[in-house]
Amino acid sequence: MRARDNILGKIRAALGRSRPLTDTEAAPVRMALRQNRRGPLPTMTWELVPRFRERCLSLSSTVDEVASLELLPAAVKRYLASNNLPQGCVCWPQFAGLDWAGAGLAVQARPATGEDPVGVTGAYCAIAETGTLMLLSGAGTPLKNSLLPETHVAVVQASRIVRCIEDGWDLLRREHGTLPRQVAFISGPSRTADIEMTLVIGIHGPYRVHIILVGA
Amino acid sequence: MQVSSHQFKRKAAEALTNPQLHKAMSNLRMRMVAGRAESVLELDNFEDIREAAKQRRDFALANLDYLLEEFERNATARGAEVHWAETGEEVNRLVLDIARRNQVSKIIKSKSMLGEETGLNQFLEAAGIEVRETDLGEYIIQEAHETPSHIIAPAVHRTSEEIAQLFYEKHGLPRKTDIGEMTREARTILRPYFLSADMGISGANFLVAQTGTSMIVTNEGNGRMTTTLPRVHVAIAGIEKVLPTLEDVSFILRLLTRSATGQSISNYLTFTTGPKQLGDQDGPEQFHIIIVDAGRTRVLGSDLRAALRCIRCGACMNHCPVYQNIGGHPYGWVYPGPIGAVLTPAYVGLENALDLPNAATLCNQCGVVCPVKIPLPDLMRKLREKQVERGLRPWRERAGLKLWAWAATHPAVYVWITRIAARLGRWAGGPAGLIRNLPGGSNWTDERDLPSPEGKIFRDLYAVRGKRRA
Repeated sequence: MRARDNILGKIRAALGRSRPLTDTEAAPVRMALRQNRRGPLPTMTWELVPRFRERCLSLSSTVDEVASLELLPAAVKRYLASNNLPQGCVCWPQFAGLDWAGAGLAVQARPATGEDPVGVTGAYCAIAETGTLMLLSGAGTPLKNSLLPETHVAVVQASRIVRCIEDGWDLLRREHGTLPRQVAFISGPSRTADIEMTLVIGIHGPYRVHIILVGA
Repeated sequence: MQVSSHQFKRKAAEALTNPQLHKAMSNLRMRMVAGRAESVLELDNFEDIREAAKQRRDFALANLDYLLEEFERNATARGAEVHWAETGEEVNRLVLDIARRNQVSKIIKSKSMLGEETGLNQFLEAAGIEVRETDLGEYIIQEAHETPSHIIAPAVHRTSEEIAQLFYEKHGLPRKTDIGEMTREARTILRPYFLSADMGISGANFLVAQTGTSMIVTNEGNGRMTTTLPRVHVAIAGIEKVLPTLEDVSFILRLLTRSATGQSISNYLTFTTGPKQLGDQDGPEQFHIIIVDAGRTRVLGSDLRAALRCIRCGACMNHCPVYQNIGGHPYGWVYPGPIGAVLTPAYVGLENALDLPNAATLCNQCGVVCPVKIPLPDLMRKLREKQVERGLRPWRERAGLKLWAWAATHPAVYVWITRIAARLGRWAGGPAGLIRNLPGGSNWTDERDLPSPEGKIFRDLYAVRGKRRA
């Protein structure tokens, strides 16, 4: 507690006061903490779904569409086969009931380990401005499935595409009230330019992010 | 980290004649500068966002004690343990205590410049704990036993051939020269560490007071692993990192990633609030956040406060003509370039970094590109003034200026001295009118000739021409 009190004391001294803010002085900062006021947003006049798709592609993600969730296994199969990827994956429990075997895929509903080549996840929502997936940690949504496998397949309901990150926060506050342990915003496959500023797609996170839009 | 900023002149001179460094640095100049310029055009109100970001950072700094207490309250309510450290040594001790308490033998680390400040890796290794840097650039320099030369591209001073040789020696695998293959090899080498580490250490790009959240911005995925896979996670953050709300962080991120790498968004924005919750499928059992002063309150109370707005994008160094030519190492501490020329003297003492505020042309490229409008040239000028006020300049410079001031306030003497100097100068220039070797000024004349004076001083010429006109 000594360090804490010393630091707070030094901050106050540096700010020219010897005590915490009074109630009146703290009014602006209390208001800022209550209001969730947005900063200035850029002009965003585009349509949500086309913009999302276009930004995903620019981030080196790939995008497919299915009319309904029943068609998901076939779409995943198509993607894996056309990219010569292993015909098995781990998925979030919410997709466990789909007819994966019918599509010729061996699928297990569990958190990914370091050995799983393909992970299938949903998304809490998606951000059109940047082509970003918003994932929440939780009982049925292991984050590892979007992180450890070389290929990440993300299922996004078209109706869950929002404009910007700020809209994502609003949605989360409305639907959940509080933040989960982790909110992960994912924008395409992992990348690095640490060697000679040369962009390489795929380092510690996935090499491929394939997004399947449902009901677009 | 050891401070070696007093060797700036020697190291900068060496850097200027290092062809490998120049090859490596040209990549930075081309990609980062062009990348930023293009990506800021995506925002039709870039300048409005920039002004708002500056104001928001200033607002947070002006209410820093309140926001930190709010952060602590909310983070604690979510099960995180908040610690405070006044110095770098305290940070190191706190981290070691947490590691010991949890029988930690292996640590994975996501990049933290604050960790570089405190020398955290060396401290933990000396205590017998294995620490593995996992950001590719940080991994390279850890293996090469070097310090970062850039805050977001730590190994930018190395060419791919040098890194290929390093990997060959360290990994014992067939030598690869393709950058993609080298990157894949690093993934293969580092993956087992991610899966087996007991503890993860990360920095924090921002702390969110309202929610008790710490967040990091990364591209490689190592940050996500560090904050999710090990059973203990420790985040270290300077006191200046706190902002009121998620909205504040979100709009400033539009500037951060564009200014840093020219990306509209980085691959992973990771917002962490508390440890693993009941029912969660992943996440650490413990989440510790260490809030660190280490010189920051001193800056807060000084006329350098604006430097604490910094969001660590690196744009100032990318655009600095001095940094572009000498790289980061001559600056001699954690932060190079213009922000380093301000933060290093502020954190480690003006007398330990005398050359840094002077190692700038004051061209203001850094001020123009800074996303939070830190007036870097003004701050460097302030530090130069402080050097003079505190008598820290070399005695010859001080004596010379004193002499000049005395002469300038005695016009008769001044005329007399300048008359002699002008004549001497003309004589030294010879018929070509060029001085090839100026005594005491060889730094200038080694590289080029100094045009000699005409032989008459302005006052004499003015007197003659004034008469003619009359």
